[in-house]
Amino acid sequence: MSKLKLDPKQIGKARESAKHIAEDMQQFIDKHTTVAVERTIARLMEVDGVDDVGTPLPNILVDSLKKAGVLNVGVSYFIANAMLSTKLSPQEIAEKVAAGELDITKLPLQPQEQIKAQAQALAEKMVERIKSNREKRNEYLSTLGEGRKPYLYVIVATGNIYEDVVQAQAAAKQGADVIAVIRTTGQSLLDYVPYGATTEGFGGTYATQENFRIMRKALDEVGEEVGRYIRLCNYCSGLCMPEIAAMGAMERLDVMLNDALYGILFRDINMQRTLVDQFFSRVINGFAGVIINTGEDNYLTTADAVEEAHTVLASQFINEQFALKAGIPEEQMGLGHAFEIEPGLENGFLHELAQAQMAREIFPKAPLKYMPPTKFKTGNIFKGHIQDALFNVISVWTNQGIQLLGMMTEAIHTPFIADRALAIENARYIFNNLRSIGDEIEFKEGGMIQTRAAEVVAKAAELIQEIEKEGLMSTLEQGKFGGVKRSRTGGKGLDGVVQKDEKYMNPFIELMLSN
Amino acid sequence: MSSGLYSMNKREFDITFDPKRVKPYGDTMNDGKVQLSFTLPIKADEVAAEAAKLYAMKMGIEEPSVVHMSDLGVGYTFFVVYGSCVHTIDVTDIKVAKVESSVMSMHEVDEYIKANIGRKIVVVGASTGTDAHTVGIDAIMNMKGYAGHYGLERYDMIEAYNLGSQVPNEEFIKKAVELNADALLVSQTVTQKNVHVQNMTNLIELLEAEGLRDKFIVSCGGPRISHEFAKELGYDAGFGAGTYAEDVASYVVQEITNRKWTMSLK
Repeated sequence: MSKLKLDPKQIGKARESAKHIAEDMQQFIDKHTTVAVERTIARLMEVDGVDDVGTPLPNILVDSLKKAGVLNVGVSYFIANAMLSTKLSPQEIAEKVAAGELDITKLPLQPQEQIKAQAQALAEKMVERIKSNREKRNEYLSTLGEGRKPYLYVIVATGNIYEDVVQAQAAAKQGADVIAVIRTTGQSLLDYVPYGATTEGFGGTYATQENFRIMRKALDEVGEEVGRYIRLCNYCSGLCMPEIAAMGAMERLDVMLNDALYGILFRDINMQRTLVDQFFSRVINGFAGVIINTGEDNYLTTADAVEEAHTVLASQFINEQFALKAGIPEEQMGLGHAFEIEPGLENGFLHELAQAQMAREIFPKAPLKYMPPTKFKTGNIFKGHIQDALFNVISVWTNQGIQLLGMMTEAIHTPFIADRALAIENARYIFNNLRSIGDEIEFKEGGMIQTRAAEVVAKAAELIQEIEKEGLMSTLEQGKFGGVKRSRTGGKGLDGVVQKDEKYMNPFIELMLSN
Repeated sequence: MSSGLYSMNKREFDITFDPKRVKPYGDTMNDGKVQLSFTLPIKADEVAAEAAKLYAMKMGIEEPSVVHMSDLGVGYTFFVVYGSCVHTIDVTDIKVAKVESSVMSMHEVDEYIKANIGRKIVVVGASTGTDAHTVGIDAIMNMKGYAGHYGLERYDMIEAYNLGSQVPNEEFIKKAVELNADALLVSQTVTQKNVHVQNMTNLIELLEAEGLRDKFIVSCGGPRISHEFAKELGYDAGFGAGTYAEDVASYVVQEITNRKWTMSLK
């Protein structure tokens, strides 16, 4: 039952519009592939490692296709064909290409059905591996159990994966449920994924498959110790969106930041590139049982949280439909929003409450990801701690899914070990003390909260119908989200997008969507 | 994806833990990170910010960063400062006086008394002198206790007398004699301008003057009291923050056995 008395017709209509927007975009997506998608396929076919100057082998393979002008046929095709003619494994083939001993674009072509069957067999092998990771997670969840929602989510960001392990294990012992390893500044703009364990990063730690493995092991260990499965989160955004998803699926990550539009708006990545990349990344995340976190909260760091609240909701509708297209069930949709209203606003708390409750009612099954105040954190750590407390009150009141804990030292430094401990203590105190407040308190009929929610829904519905009319790409060109304008052909990574050839194949999509 | 300013400082220090040179830990071993907040009685302007920074440097803080300053309205300024402290501490060379008794549960204490003392013991407690706060003595003595730790009144083998607050030392001693107490507990919560030191010293002086010092186990407790400090003032034991009734009871009963005040010997 709606506590906010939201209009179900208006919501249904907005959702329908979002669906059309996603379908419209999907036609574009289905016709294209990108260098990142192809590198992902190479990784899923178990190509890994780097050459002697540190270039990842998936990049070497895909670049060789691009150079020969056959990226549009896809790397599956060439790997499978090379296997048939050389009897080598994908990894051995990649090593030979890297050594300049083999050009997979120049090998004689085997019959199409044989190539297809070979690619299919490789895909099935990996799909089984990812499935077993999913089962392993479920086994942990049923034997160890998990923390109560809202999950307590904290970040570690020392730059050194081994130091991150210390911080992450400490956080788990203090009560954290989700550990996110923040990436080093600028990783999202690298058109490759670094390799191996890393100990140098600025403001974060490189996302590498080895780092994922190290942290996964550490969290499993501490999870056993504290008797609670500890989820691992990383960032599936930027120019390597689907590659990170693949690495996460292989190493049993549980949560991934994965927004359809974030890279376009906030990292100036070309929109065609991101839209194609996000689809494959989400197919992988959906299949791997990963909870995706969308990035609507970021709009409010650049635009006003009261004026632009409806853009958050509109984007949530769009992210929801894109996620459904990629086979992500609602239970894995951590749609994002944030507590970013200027603290001096009279009754700002009531506005926040309306927005959070509204998201809860419109997306009832989604483990909503709620982001803490950041924009109006000042360096006054004492006030910051209280801002975080109010944020925690709203979260437990409106039953949010994933609580990204606010740090009193936000805007000062990446969290110290003690900052995290205080944040966890703050949230645990408030969650426990107010546990059932949402079940006990109703909102005044026609009062400020109901009125505010209705207003946001109406404006979001209007915006989304406008986008439906104009198409998503031109909406982005006009700066309707986060106040950021992006051109269709601008930004980074467009040269990595090609239209698929009719021989093109990506066996993973069908396998993952049907499982 | 959250915002926030990141430390881009290059780390040029040894990240190996050395117990002889321990430094504060922020997010990397030996980074020395500390957080300070303080008020300077000067007006909030650029000079104040610089003053706060220089003051932090005098405290041994390298690269201090004034992350917050606010005008307190009377020409004073409040600061929050972060930085890396240069000082180290050798933890292998620290000696701390601790209460030398093992801690037992309430039930174990009662059993201990039955087995080793053979009679009920008498404990008299008070918040003495000008101190009007009873939170400390109540936590130790009252039936309900504190934070799930039952107070001495609930112990079957302890007769506990809580005299309350603002009890003059003379009256406290008189009552202790009258009740034939084994142990005296003095609680001191408010410690403004060290008034508690004077009052606590005065109790010991009075006991000694009347020749009663050896008749009782005299211990004290409060948030700013340590065992070492209590010993300096002439007490038998001191209990600081985070200690409960069972810590006090365990000490008292073991000390009674040490002094052989068992059965009717006292």
